[in-house]
Amino acid sequence: MTHRGSRVLHVGSLSRVEGEGALRLRVHDGTVTEARLEIYEPPRFFEAFLRGRSYTEPPDITARVCGICPVAYQMSACAAIEDACGVTVDPVIRELRRLLYCGEWIESQALHIYLLHAPDFLGRASAIELARTHRADVERGLRLKKAGNSVMELLGGRAVHPVNVRLGGFHRVPTRQELRPLREQLTQALDDAWETVRWVAGFEFPDARVEADLLALAEPDTYAIEGGTPTVLRDDGVETAFPTGDFTEHVTETHVARSTALHSRLDGRLHLTGSLARFAISGARLSPVAREAAVAAGLGDPREGAVCRNPFRSILVRAVETLYAVDEALRIIGTYEPPERPYTDVPSVPGVGHGATEAPRGLLYHRYELDADGLITDARMVPPTAQNQGAIEDDLRRIAQRALAEQGMDDAALTHLCERAIRNHDPCISCSTHFLDLTVVRTAGDTAGGSDV
Amino acid sequence: MTPTLAVFKLASCDGCQLTLLDCEDELLALAGQVEISHFLEASSAVTGGPYDLSLVEGSVTTAADAERIRSIRAASRRLVTIGACATAGGIQALRNLADVDAYRRVVYAHPEYIDTLATSTPVSAHVDVDFELRGCPIDRRQLIEVITAFLAGRRPDVPNHSVCFECKRRGTVCVTVAHGTPCLGPVTHAGCGALCPAYQRGCFGCFGPSGSVNLPALIPLLRRDGLDEDAVGRFLHTFNTTAFEEELAP
Repeated sequence: MTHRGSRVLHVGSLSRVEGEGALRLRVHDGTVTEARLEIYEPPRFFEAFLRGRSYTEPPDITARVCGICPVAYQMSACAAIEDACGVTVDPVIRELRRLLYCGEWIESQALHIYLLHAPDFLGRASAIELARTHRADVERGLRLKKAGNSVMELLGGRAVHPVNVRLGGFHRVPTRQELRPLREQLTQALDDAWETVRWVAGFEFPDARVEADLLALAEPDTYAIEGGTPTVLRDDGVETAFPTGDFTEHVTETHVARSTALHSRLDGRLHLTGSLARFAISGARLSPVAREAAVAAGLGDPREGAVCRNPFRSILVRAVETLYAVDEALRIIGTYEPPERPYTDVPSVPGVGHGATEAPRGLLYHRYELDADGLITDARMVPPTAQNQGAIEDDLRRIAQRALAEQGMDDAALTHLCERAIRNHDPCISCSTHFLDLTVVRTAGDTAGGSDV
Repeated sequence: MTPTLAVFKLASCDGCQLTLLDCEDELLALAGQVEISHFLEASSAVTGGPYDLSLVEGSVTTAADAERIRSIRAASRRLVTIGACATAGGIQALRNLADVDAYRRVVYAHPEYIDTLATSTPVSAHVDVDFELRGCPIDRRQLIEVITAFLAGRRPDVPNHSVCFECKRRGTVCVTVAHGTPCLGPVTHAGCGALCPAYQRGCFGCFGPSGSVNLPALIPLLRRDGLDEDAVGRFLHTFNTTAFEEELAP
């Protein structure tokens, strides 16, 4: 047994996550003394070069923060700038934005479920390897993902960095007829999403519990996606909310001793955003079919307050959310009547605006300051992974500790378990890079910075 | 022997390598043609080089990545860069026109911890590149063409005419002529299928300059259509900053 000694586990390049990161675990006398998700993505300085750009530019520019959730960046940017300018968009435009966002949810969640996460549960290195034994499952996942991409392509022009989003709405809105082909594809996707729920419900889930507070947007009558009020469900069951404009007063960054990394805290406590948080806070507002899927997946009835805190089971919640997004996209297409104009005018007003939306991976906050010429003087973006990092590390530490105490795992098994623990949270490392400080601890044999050739 | 494929990433948004995973209809067929030896986004199975074909996304912004791209080159028989970051430094090359220390201070509470070069440069500034595929992001159809061409040992058929050609082929009414909308279509490399004009907006140049570019002829048109000098500068200096900068240089 090696678990009594002191050891350091290090994975130089995490796989099946978005962006580049590493993992470090330090164990001393059987106790995990350090668990760290290291982010070595080079900074790209979005918040700096947005200064001096026109207030109309962030939807196109900030999309480039992340190729997996560009719509989230476009939507949070629009929300924040429209807030600064005092503009509320037409309800039909808001529905179309939600439809585009549903496309991203379907695409991104299917990507995570099938290509990044499921291989862990079935002992495979990749979905491509998985396809050798589970061809029909992988094909279903790709078909589902493609349905999400089709929504994005039709409404946005393309799936990565859509071109059709602008302040106040869209450059061009589709006709009813143009949306029609999506119906058929999404009807198939509804079956595929149901089948996904059943498929992942059959996986085996290790025990674990996220002990952080949960943060998600909430709306009175619907599952929050493209807007809502930041709402916190504390570990002790107390629910509170605060205005989006107060976001940075509640979510703050602190320096952790011994580390250069900025860690996000919600009112001084660890918090988690994303699927688990959304389901806990808004689950009761899922559509009937999605609630039924939650019950079928073994998550319990969200109307009776079902909450899932096991990060390994997040794949179930993602599957339920995917089904919801397909169902919701079908609903929007079914009732769609084109608006008179594709966008509401957004004349610039000097001041500050805040916007938050639910990226597939969690709450994404933007804040912009505009001057009298309509130029940006300050920009802030707080992406989900930057907020989640502390909770992910806490979870990682607890899972590793438990595995050591109960099973005395060898290094290879423990490393694999830790990688899984990180992938449970679907960290989007590219998003984090402009926000978190780089933490590269150099020790002998450390490969951070990359020598993976 | 099955040819080996590797995918690497430098500073970028992951969107171009995601484009490979977005080839839902072709992915499994492609996976049957090659052995994926290194593709961290998609697989935890990693084998060492040499790789028959390496795709590289992202620009060089750190000393470590400058070193890394040399070892990637050394391990690759063919090296193809994918996307605006890898071929032109990407949006993060805006730092090349600015003071990177000021950028550091704007974004980070402790700028001294941030390890970065003052520039964001394309892969070709560091090593020889066999082919550059443009776009922010790249186009899925062009990516398939490039991969299949390299597997077949031929040059990819990726035309370098301008977006204007694609607009005409698509039958889109010219947004500049009809509506006076500023558009970079006449100087931008084809590949997207002329998306922006089809959505009633001007092209914003995410594929970088096309083969024959006459920027001095376009700039007065942009000004006529309402862009002041600063706005013209911002229009050209976004996703392919360094590429248009070179075209502007006397």
